[in-house]
Amino acid sequence: MASDQARMLEAARAEPLWPRPPLWATLAGAAIAALLLVFPFVFTATFHHHLLILICLYALMAQSWNVIAGLSGQISLGHAIFFGIGAYASTVLFAKYGITPWFGLLAGMFISALAAIAIGIPTLRLKGHYFAIATLLIGSSVQIIFQRWEWVGAASGLYVPIVRAQPWLYLQFHASKVPYYYLALGAAAAAYLIVWKLRRSRLGFRLQAVRDEPEAAASLGIAVAKHKVLAFMISAAMMSVAGTFYAQYVLVLDPERLFSVDISIIVVLMTVLGGTGTLWGPALGAAILVPLSEYSRIWLGGTGRTIDLFVYGILILLICMWRPAGLLSLFEERIRRRGGQR
Amino acid sequence: MSRDLIIQAIVSGLLMGLIYALVAVGLSLIFGLMEIVNFAHGEFLMIAMFSSFWLWFLAGLDPLLSLPLVVAILGVAGLLVHFGIIRHLLSAPMLAQVCGTFGLAVALRAGAQFLWTPDFRTIANPWIAGRVQIGPIFIGQPQLVAGAICLLAFVALWLFVTRTETGLALQATSQDRQAASVMGIPTDRMSALGWAIGLGCVGVAGSLLSTFFYIFPDVGVNFALLAFVAVALGGFGSILGSLVAGILIGLVESLGGLLVDPSYKTLIVFGLYLAVVLVRPNGLFGRF
Amino acid sequence: MSMLLDVKGLTKRFGGLTANADITFDVKRGEILGIIGPNGAGKSTLFDLITGFQPPDAGEVFLDGRRITGLRPDLVSALGVARTFQKLKPFPDLTVIENVIVGALARTAHMRAARDAALESLAFVDLLEKRNHFARELSTGQRKRLELARGLATQPRLILMDEVTGGVDQRTIPGLVELVLELKRRGVTIVTIEHNMQVMMRIADRILALHAGRRIAFGAPEEVRKDAAVVDAYLGSAADAA
Repeated sequence: MASDQARMLEAARAEPLWPRPPLWATLAGAAIAALLLVFPFVFTATFHHHLLILICLYALMAQSWNVIAGLSGQISLGHAIFFGIGAYASTVLFAKYGITPWFGLLAGMFISALAAIAIGIPTLRLKGHYFAIATLLIGSSVQIIFQRWEWVGAASGLYVPIVRAQPWLYLQFHASKVPYYYLALGAAAAAYLIVWKLRRSRLGFRLQAVRDEPEAAASLGIAVAKHKVLAFMISAAMMSVAGTFYAQYVLVLDPERLFSVDISIIVVLMTVLGGTGTLWGPALGAAILVPLSEYSRIWLGGTGRTIDLFVYGILILLICMWRPAGLLSLFEERIRRRGGQR
Repeated sequence: MSRDLIIQAIVSGLLMGLIYALVAVGLSLIFGLMEIVNFAHGEFLMIAMFSSFWLWFLAGLDPLLSLPLVVAILGVAGLLVHFGIIRHLLSAPMLAQVCGTFGLAVALRAGAQFLWTPDFRTIANPWIAGRVQIGPIFIGQPQLVAGAICLLAFVALWLFVTRTETGLALQATSQDRQAASVMGIPTDRMSALGWAIGLGCVGVAGSLLSTFFYIFPDVGVNFALLAFVAVALGGFGSILGSLVAGILIGLVESLGGLLVDPSYKTLIVFGLYLAVVLVRPNGLFGRF
Repeated sequence: MSMLLDVKGLTKRFGGLTANADITFDVKRGEILGIIGPNGAGKSTLFDLITGFQPPDAGEVFLDGRRITGLRPDLVSALGVARTFQKLKPFPDLTVIENVIVGALARTAHMRAARDAALESLAFVDLLEKRNHFARELSTGQRKRLELARGLATQPRLILMDEVTGGVDQRTIPGLVELVLELKRRGVTIVTIEHNMQVMMRIADRILALHAGRRIAFGAPEEVRKDAAVVDAYLGSAADAA
């Protein structure tokens, strides 16, 4: 009996530290990565580049939401705040002071993290629904403030001044969308790498503990409030990156659009669809919903009508009713089981 | 700043507040019964307004005449939502509950936009129109009628909940679902009733609102946000709390708009929410 | 040498109800202190006050001579106090091993070391086989052992256990008792809430008896068992239950 136990312990110690995905998944992942790298040369239509740029940006945004909601369990319905801050930070610095958007990118991340502290410290101690509603209201408030703020162009917003020299310094590419694509892909890849590492770190485990049972987490020495704010800061900084790149891509800042509830909603929908708390769920959600949205826009032409949000809404409703953990959750759980039976 | 202007603001704030309160009470009732926040509440208000509009546009029914019909439509919608959707979400994690009703909201809003375009519409020549002058102040007649009917609806709801057997069962379910179930109250049917009544209230509010407010697919968003504030102020599950909080919000909004700056009135109300939930997380009045 | 845990006059009121009234006791290094009392006697509240989950209205708590009254739960844990919960709180969406790794990470930031420590802790409670199951899939008895393993992975000096044998299959009780005794042999000080008097008489070095929020007896198991107030409280509650 005792020797059985000892043998089992030895066997368990000899296992790899992290569970490994099945071979087919690794191969599929590698194939997708390779395809993404050569994509602009295989598909040369501008529209396809546009589509993939949006998928990358939304995958980044959804992953950002996944950090606060999936890892630490707080439902933010005001994430557009940080998207807008990222866009405004880089554009204000460039338009008013001529500072490169690369610096603006960092400034946006920094300001977003500060905003996350300011919003998070009072609100993150609210229970579930109250936090969600608070973020919804704060999101609307920030939009109202930016629409009234003369210094940043109030309701008419700002333009990113067009510069044709030194495109990589000023992050503007007028000849082709391909550089934007690689920038967006790089930003998304960096975000997924960071979250992948985060989930395997002490901080990541602690955030998940806080998500599942805050009191038990506290009894194990985890400062619950501090960890929630920390997750909110990381999430906000990631969202801000997408905002800066988006601003450089469209070159127009419209507070109506940047801070809209729609942005906050869409990142939620994508993550929930793909699988909240999973690593690749947000990317899958973006890869499904962005084309849906763009193709429906083409299909309906310039009627001003949209069907994409309708389909989004129905999809999410169905997912929540029948598969609340999202599409990828079972797949990732099977890996974490390491072949352990139910 | 004249005294008349302030009185004017108080009266219009009071009347608008009654509508906010009626929207909020439905939200509050539903939350009290099943601890689910209906994020699609504002969209049902929009549906109610469009129902009034189409009944007027296609059948020539004045909104006041079609009010019972709209209430019935919304009540049935409440039953459908409860049996078709909410029951499947009850045992799901909170995220799924939030996103479920949120998804419904997105679909309803986008569906309305697709079917009826984002245009702003109004009901022309309703029975009650124009305004009356009382001393130095002017009151829109539609608003006055709306306020009166809202009050009546509140009285009816209050009597139902406190004086009828079904209403008492509803209260019991809201206070302690398990105990109510042990006492033989069919709690599932009570929840369905809660949804029917909750959305019925929205039906009343939407009908009345359609006589003096623009009708468009996004119209519910702001009302829902204000209803969240009202419910947080009044306490989830409290009827009287919703009434007081709704009126308070109407007053804060109109006086804030007058005294500070109209464009910031919403911010003031949202600030009120944050202040309240941070200091008194159960609202100012508690339950029922 | 001072006591490991010194509790002086702890008092907690909820509205009109006094959950703990002026409770004083101490815990020696290396002993098992049992806490008994009918339902509603204030046992779990006492744990909450000691571990910082609720602030006491009056009284003091000292750990190894250091005042820890009202300290935040995570800081109490960092000083070497672990606890389990009466209403079990495993992390449902983490696997069993991941649950225990969270505990082990209190002592090391190194993932390999944390996993090894977690495996050892799981082996100790005989839950190694289930390591790759999700915590939500475990039975009540297994969840109790998981909570114990998770708490032990923080390498506590003192562990507060809330009803280890409550609600579990009768056949698993001897194993759990053996576990507690082995823990004591390894030098961990234990405070345990226990309804099963047979178990309590076997494992406890001293017993603290509570009734209606008050301390009614404190001392050696045999004395406490014969104490008139304790007999009264138990007969009274038994009569209520019948």
